[in-house]
Amino acid sequence: MTQQQTAGPPSAGHADLAEEFLDRQTPLSRIRNLLHRYPALSPAIVLLIAVVVFGILNERFLRVENLSLITQQVAVVGTLAIAQTLIILTAGIDLSVGAVMILSSMVIAQLAVSNGVPGPLALVAGLAVGLAAGALNGFLVTRFRLPPFIVTLGTLNIFVALTLLYSGGSTVRGSAMPGVLTWLGSTFPIGPVRISTGVVMMLLLYVVVAFILGKTAWGRHVYAVGDDKEAARLAGIPVSRVLMSVYLAAGAVLAVGAWIQIGRTNAASPNAGVDLNLDSITAVVIGGTSLFGGRGSIWGSLLGALIVGVFRNGLSLAGLDVLYQTLAVGVLIIVAVSIDQWIRKVKS
Amino acid sequence: MTMTEFAASHTPTREPILKARNLVKTFGRVVGLDGVSLDLYPGEVLAVIGDNGAGKSTLIKCLTGAEIPDTGELFVSGQQVHFKRPQDARVHGIETVYQNLAVSPALDVASNLFLGREERLPGLLGSVFRMLDTKGMRRKAKEELTRLGISTLQDVTVPVENLSGGQRQAVAVARAAAFGSKVVVLDEPTAALGVRESNQVLQLVRDLRDRGLPVILISHNMPHVFDVADRIHIQRLGKCAATITPQSHSMTDAVAIMTGAAKA
Repeated sequence: MTQQQTAGPPSAGHADLAEEFLDRQTPLSRIRNLLHRYPALSPAIVLLIAVVVFGILNERFLRVENLSLITQQVAVVGTLAIAQTLIILTAGIDLSVGAVMILSSMVIAQLAVSNGVPGPLALVAGLAVGLAAGALNGFLVTRFRLPPFIVTLGTLNIFVALTLLYSGGSTVRGSAMPGVLTWLGSTFPIGPVRISTGVVMMLLLYVVVAFILGKTAWGRHVYAVGDDKEAARLAGIPVSRVLMSVYLAAGAVLAVGAWIQIGRTNAASPNAGVDLNLDSITAVVIGGTSLFGGRGSIWGSLLGALIVGVFRNGLSLAGLDVLYQTLAVGVLIIVAVSIDQWIRKVKS
Repeated sequence: MTMTEFAASHTPTREPILKARNLVKTFGRVVGLDGVSLDLYPGEVLAVIGDNGAGKSTLIKCLTGAEIPDTGELFVSGQQVHFKRPQDARVHGIETVYQNLAVSPALDVASNLFLGREERLPGLLGSVFRMLDTKGMRRKAKEELTRLGISTLQDVTVPVENLSGGQRQAVAVARAAAFGSKVVVLDEPTAALGVRESNQVLQLVRDLRDRGLPVILISHNMPHVFDVADRIHIQRLGKCAATITPQSHSMTDAVAIMTGAAKA
């Protein structure tokens, strides 16, 4: 019995006395059930502890400018993590998110700068690139039944190559672009804090995706497909269609990520974001979403991205070498997945 | 008196809800079904038994749209139907509880009951924003569970993976029996359960029948079959070896027919 049931209506109490007796709760199992029910809880605790510890280690850490900087640093990874979460929730994985984002950003920048396409139209073209990339991934996963890992490993290389072929390897600087392309790099003041529009855009995406995942049938189907594909199919969910739509949605999110990336770096570079593919997976995993699918929350991924940002920033403020940041992130990943495994043992 | 009742409830002049005629299904050179017919009447539990490879599963899959028979006819309430997908069978009110349970462990009881047929909020919230009517579905889930007499599931917000095997089975059965279905097909519902939980599920089967919902029960467990079944369809080597009742034959007879040691 879960905590909820024992605390539930008295009528539930006498129903299965014997079972309740067998399932005696220890404090540890209570914690596990709680983490199980709220997957974003453990990353939230980690983030809180990290912020407190780094705040004690270095008083500069908790300054508003520094915290604002951290959010700007995680805006791109945080956005890619949205796309990654959607795919990981279906028990997939997308190694190509960073490559798709860069390809999309190059198309946006090149069209606007070299071909004189108006800014908004270039953004629409970038969206089309994201959707096309998602469609390719989704098509290969649903039609040829290839494992997402293999599909996206392949398309990762394809998209990287396409990006270099298309751009000729050259960077497009932000100063040459129409204002709308770099708009997400601008900031506006709220009181003493300067807020980046890119961060606001990322948060907006989180709100929208959280709503869709939590409040619509489609969102529930995404979880169901990741949880148990066969069960979902037997329950009458069009599994292939759901998977396809997930890859398309991820592609659309990545196109917005491309826009944020252009604003953030004030450029479109074909060589940027090599690490972003794995960084997005890191954020999702640390955020408590299970790589086995069907379990997790989109907010956890935001927390995961923030945790990585906070660790990198905090450790460098503490005067530690960059290598220790990478080391710390590595440890975090392994701890996060271990916790996930432990949580999944609830009543298996 | 009892004889007339018996005759009344089993007279062939009544229209079967589900009627299969001469179903044939081959897999390459293997004959899964070799001309099987079956009738399911309102308010009865029809057990389907047979040895491994006798065609039980194939028969059930053909009845529920999971397989398409090569030849043969299928009627629901007298109307001929052609199922191409499980969805088609569902549309005609034939709901199946599969052996592997087809529930989504991480989703809660109410979400599982409504999985694949979620209801949206009325008005703009539902039509434009596609918002689910979570509260409404929970309320209806509770009502359905009460109506079906399932008392072991009080809290519909518990994730299914936190439930015992019997409770999970109850969720799966409730989903099949709820929402105006005409026929419930249960594939080995007690195979993975303990004694007490098996009894709960068998009681559930009786309750469904008493509410007028016919049940097809596939099982290996002879005591369970003889406990709840009104009639027993025995599959052997892709054919229907006999259709018996617990009154007309003993368990030993049934096993003998099943294994070919005796003729029906």
